[in-house]
Amino acid sequence: MAGAVQETPRVRTLLLDAPGWADHRAGQHLDVRLTAEDGYQAERSYSIASAPGEELAITIERLDDGEVSPYLVDEAADGDQFEVRGPIGGYFVWDASDPRPILLVGGGSGVVPLRSMARHRERVGSGTPMKLLYSSRTWDDVIYRDELETIGIDVVYTLTREQPPGWTGYARRIDRELLEETAWPAEQKPRVFVCGSTRFVDAAADGLLELGYEPGWIRTERFGATG
Amino acid sequence: MRDPRTLDGNAIGGLMLELFGVDLTPAPTTCGSCGAREEMARLDVYRGAGIVVRCRHCEDVMIRIVQGGGRTWIDLSGTSTLELG
Amino acid sequence: MPIISRGFHGKRQEGPSDRVPPGQYLTDDFPVLSAGPTPHTALEDWSFSIHGGAEPVSWTWDEFRQLPTETVTVDIHCVTKWSKLDTSWEGVSVDTLLDAVDHDAAYLLAFSDGGYTTNLPVEDVTGGRAWVAFAYGGEPLEPEHGGPARLLVPHLYFWKSAKWVRGLSLRDEDEPGFWESNGYHLYGDPWREQRYWGD
Repeated sequence: MAGAVQETPRVRTLLLDAPGWADHRAGQHLDVRLTAEDGYQAERSYSIASAPGEELAITIERLDDGEVSPYLVDEAADGDQFEVRGPIGGYFVWDASDPRPILLVGGGSGVVPLRSMARHRERVGSGTPMKLLYSSRTWDDVIYRDELETIGIDVVYTLTREQPPGWTGYARRIDRELLEETAWPAEQKPRVFVCGSTRFVDAAADGLLELGYEPGWIRTERFGATG
Repeated sequence: MRDPRTLDGNAIGGLMLELFGVDLTPAPTTCGSCGAREEMARLDVYRGAGIVVRCRHCEDVMIRIVQGGGRTWIDLSGTSTLELG
Repeated sequence: MPIISRGFHGKRQEGPSDRVPPGQYLTDDFPVLSAGPTPHTALEDWSFSIHGGAEPVSWTWDEFRQLPTETVTVDIHCVTKWSKLDTSWEGVSVDTLLDAVDHDAAYLLAFSDGGYTTNLPVEDVTGGRAWVAFAYGGEPLEPEHGGPARLLVPHLYFWKSAKWVRGLSLRDEDEPGFWESNGYHLYGDPWREQRYWGD
């Protein structure tokens, strides 16, 4: 571990120094393995938050009943070591050579691999139209909040649990109507990346299919029951 | 309505990379029961005593993986075809 | 030699070592592990049946709940290395169920909604060693933990305690079930650390 950025009270980005690490593609993840002194091991997967070519970074949300995330978010300090495996995943990746308009749909910490894609787009100077639809519980839970304002893509937020005073944006879980108002029209044949909890991903993907999107345009990554 | 605990094939990408030396998440698979063709990343993955990969259309078991004691047992009999390359 | 992560210990608890089998760690949680989606069988459609005896026998949910029950406190041990002590269950003893069947089988295959199976010697589910449990911690068993009813065989690794159990198929031979046919030990005694084939 070579540095950290506290993104929100429960979310921290770790900067990693990994000798021998091959560069990754935007959207990929890595596996982290922790070993305790008595040999006990635990392993988890985390999406890579950095763009290809940047210092390797992962962003982790602390789960209240988690075993690994509390350690990585609250305990781990510069110089601490753990094993990583990767980069992994040739399905949920975006290469800037893809010319189609891109819709990114993220729920909670599902925004992490999408941020890698947005940063990648900016770093390589791509003109590909890209838009992020980002669902969070509250404004304080929005990860990369300041950065997303200047990253060069449209970002639409929906805050599902609580909204700040004067909030005029969306305030509900993603549904077909919300997608209809925000997603690229199906005629543009966009490519979509959806990431978040299983329930979030299924709801978003189903909504897009109802708008006329084809299943082959939508790539998904599910985190399970968390978030 | 999919069980909220269900993961997808992305979750076993690292394991498959380690076992087969190749990223299998974009590899199209064919379900031996119903013939549905999906990339491995889109299959339903469950973690029980071992890992179970199920067809997202018919829910039949396509792959089972058990790891322990330095060994790995993989049953691919529910997958009729795996496309690489 | 794996890299040690300073300060990491996971969520393990301290506990009496004579109650924790080799290679196991204690937990307060009740992790949910499953081989497939949680089934949701309505009680009016539920039945428990035993095949392979002189005649098949089955109970509807109402009939099953008329049977005498026991409340037991047992330790459970999952092959994925967590153990949980003093868990409280209420269920019907498998002795009670097998007493309704005329049979001389030495083995059985338990089967569940969703297709899961696990094999057991009849000897290991009789003599007060196994139950079909419908309550955990004083509450009806939740679907994610195997409700409405699961097999409970605490002296063996917990994959043998089949969730969503719907019956037993009596056999003359020990035929491997879902996990036993793919690497897990045919018998599964946690005190002899019989996790995998050849252990």
